[in-house]
This record gives sequence, structure tokens and C-alpha cells, in this order.
Amino acid sequence: MAGQLIPITLTVNGTTCRSEVPPHLTLLEFLRDTLNLTGSKRCCGEGECGACTAIMNGEAVNTCLILAAEADGSDLITVEGLSAMPYGARLQQTFLDQGAVQCGFCTPGMVVAAQYLLMNNPDPTPDEIREGLSGNLCRCTGYARIVEAVMGAAGDE
Amino acid sequence: MSALHYARPESLADAIAILEQYGPGARVLNGGTDLMVRFQKMQVTPEAIVDIKRVRDMSDAIVWDGDSVTIGARVVMTRLIRDERIRRRYPALVDAASTVGSIQIRNRATLAGNICNASPAADTVPPLLVHGATVQLVGSSGSRETPLDGFFLAPGKTARAPDELLVSITIPPHRSPYGAAFGRLTRRHGVDLASINMACAIDAERAVTFAFGAVGPTPITVKDTSGALADHTVSDAQRDAALQALIARTSPISDVRASAAYRSAMLLVIGRRVLAQAQQRRADFDARE
Repeated sequence: MAGQLIPITLTVNGTTCRSEVPPHLTLLEFLRDTLNLTGSKRCCGEGECGACTAIMNGEAVNTCLILAAEADGSDLITVEGLSAMPYGARLQQTFLDQGAVQCGFCTPGMVVAAQYLLMNNPDPTPDEIREGLSGNLCRCTGYARIVEAVMGAAGDE
Repeated sequence: MSALHYARPESLADAIAILEQYGPGARVLNGGTDLMVRFQKMQVTPEAIVDIKRVRDMSDAIVWDGDSVTIGARVVMTRLIRDERIRRRYPALVDAASTVGSIQIRNRATLAGNICNASPAADTVPPLLVHGATVQLVGSSGSRETPLDGFFLAPGKTARAPDELLVSITIPPHRSPYGAAFGRLTRRHGVDLASINMACAIDAERAVTFAFGAVGPTPITVKDTSGALADHTVSDAQRDAALQALIARTSPISDVRASAAYRSAMLLVIGRRVLAQAQQRRADFDARE
């Protein structure tokens, strides 16, 4: 049996993409290797670290735990599309201003998770920010500045 | 690598036909937060992945029939947690669902998947057990409804046949006053499996039901009908003795998360807290309704 290819159509950062994907391909691999959107990072591969976080149909998800085939018909926002989102550009700036980036590997996932948090809770407390980012790990342990950066971007857009 | 087939049936009949065709070689893909981890680590090597998210009868609705509620197989944790009526009626279930994985996980993980994955540490299972939940299954030989208590056979194993799909979960109505609570012990806050977890419910007849997770090969349900645990007027010694009698039914093991002795000790500590919260919620029940 020749390898199966599944036709998919999805919207990524406002652009319609059509492709054919093998069954085992994850959405993260599709984003990185097929679409060359390498902002989303592969790290733990098991939904613990959040470095691959994207917003799918309005909800934050780990793209490493989704098959590309499952994403057929979905509307996806990755870190590359963030600046067009409410809070997106502001978050990018406050992360820079606060020095909330150390090695930078967790940063795309952090910013996307923060975007999702602010979409649902525009004025979070520090505790709510910590809870909102609890699915994202920073091995440099730079959390204090990350929380401050999100505080700085909060409020009405 | 042998060929993997991805199927995305749109009807229950088609889904079941594919499950029948592949037998144990098929894996049901719902939210994928458990399956995809094991799939990528090659801990499971399915011949077919059956994505049931487009099956029309796999509902993502929460449907009330009087005071009974039926939760469709596609309902994710986040949806459950946000539902106002679920929050009011089943705070123990909401507390449990809120501890599953992370926000990203809860946006994908389903209640049905948490059940079918059959982890001894599944957080939403103890509250469902104390609420007396049933599950509805559909397979090639028809549909059936079975109590969740007894559905778990071993770690990762349920009474679901390979050609069956769990389509919904039903929680029966509870006569007032009723109160329930959930508790768990973890090594860190967030994205950790429970070292132990439990739920407690106190019904109108003062019967107290506990369900314990991660302290045996399957979650277990135990009942105290003596009335000794139903209210806070009993002495601490009486309460602890009654709790210990229930805890004696567990069989914790030592593993990476906790030793057997620590688990046993913590069953009493968390048990007291969960019991007190269930008592409080039962006392508040009428005021809330």
C-alpha cells in the first residue's frame, strides 16, 4: 500500500493553505517543515512545555499533539501572525522592553499563550498570568520578567 | 515503518465499521492529548487512527434533562469548566477538569477521552464515580449504557470493546441536599499527574461516597452508609476511623511520584479536606439552588 496522503485546507495567519499530508505528520511539523513557519518550536513533543503553542479556532493548543490531517478546515494563528492580533504587537514590544527573553526558545510559545490569555481576560492579575502561562516552561526561569511583560501589555487595546 | 491509515468518518456506522475492520490495530483519536504523546514515542503503533471529531453523533453538547445531564464525547475540559450550570451543580467535576494538564491541553482534551484512556490517575474520573455517572457506548452489536463504576478493568483497559465508541456520559439527578468535592496531591502545581486524587459526595440520605485515584490499578469507589461522615458534628477521632476504614480498601504502590506509605498517609490528609468541603457544599446546596 502506497503511503496515504490526506488533502487538507486550512487558514494560517489569514492565508489559505492547501496541501497533502501523510497521516503521521504533526501540525507542528507541517508548520515548520512544509510552510517554513519556524517560530513554533519543537521541544518536549508531549504537551508539557508549550513551545509549540498556536491558536486554533480561537483556542490555544499544543501543535505537537495535533496531526496535520486533524487541522483540515481550521483557522490557525501562529507566532508569525501575532502582530496582526489585538495585543500581539504590544506583547512583542513589552517582552523586549522588560527583557523577558533569555535564550528565547520558549518565547514564541509564551507570547502566543499570553495573547490567548489577554483575549479571554484583558486585565489579569499576576496570579492569573502565572496560571495562564502555566502550560509554558522557561528553562532559563525568567518568569518574573515574563509576567511583568504580560502585565505591561494588558488593558484595553 | 508499516503503513498507517488515517480515517475521518462522518457517521457512527462508518466509524464502527473501520474499528471493526482494524480491531485492536485501530486507535480512536479524539482530543489526542494522550494518544499523540504515546504515538510519537512509539509506545503505540496503530495500523489505523480513527479521528472521530467529525462523526455527527459524537456530540460536543452538554444536554440537560431535568436535573440529569448528558455530556457528549466531544466536550473538551475547557467547555465543561466554562459551563455555568455545570459549575453550579458539579463543582467537584469542574475542580477536577481544571487540574487536567495545562490550558492548551484542556482546550483539546475531552471528558470521554479521559475516561477511555483509563489512567488510574485520571482526574475527572473520581468525581464522575461519586456522582454515579453512566457511559453510553455504541458498537457493531448495538448500543448500551453501563455504570462508570466497573468500567475500568486495569491501567489503560476499560470494558469498551475494540469496535465500540463511548458517545456520551450521563450524570443522574441528585436529591437535595447534596455536596461533593475533589482533591489531589501533586509534586508541582500545573502539568503534573496526580500522586493521589479523590472525590467525595454526600447525598440526601447522608451516605458518603469516596472515589480514589492513583492508589490502585483502577480508580475505586467506596461507600460509608453509617452516617458518621455526613456532617461535621462527629468527633475527629470518629471521622478519622471512618475514613481509615474506606482508605483500607486502596492498594497504593511506590513509583516515581510517591511512595506507597506517603500515598496512604496523604489519603487521610486530603480525605479530611475533601470531606469538609463536601460537607460545606452540602450545607450550602439549598441556599444555592
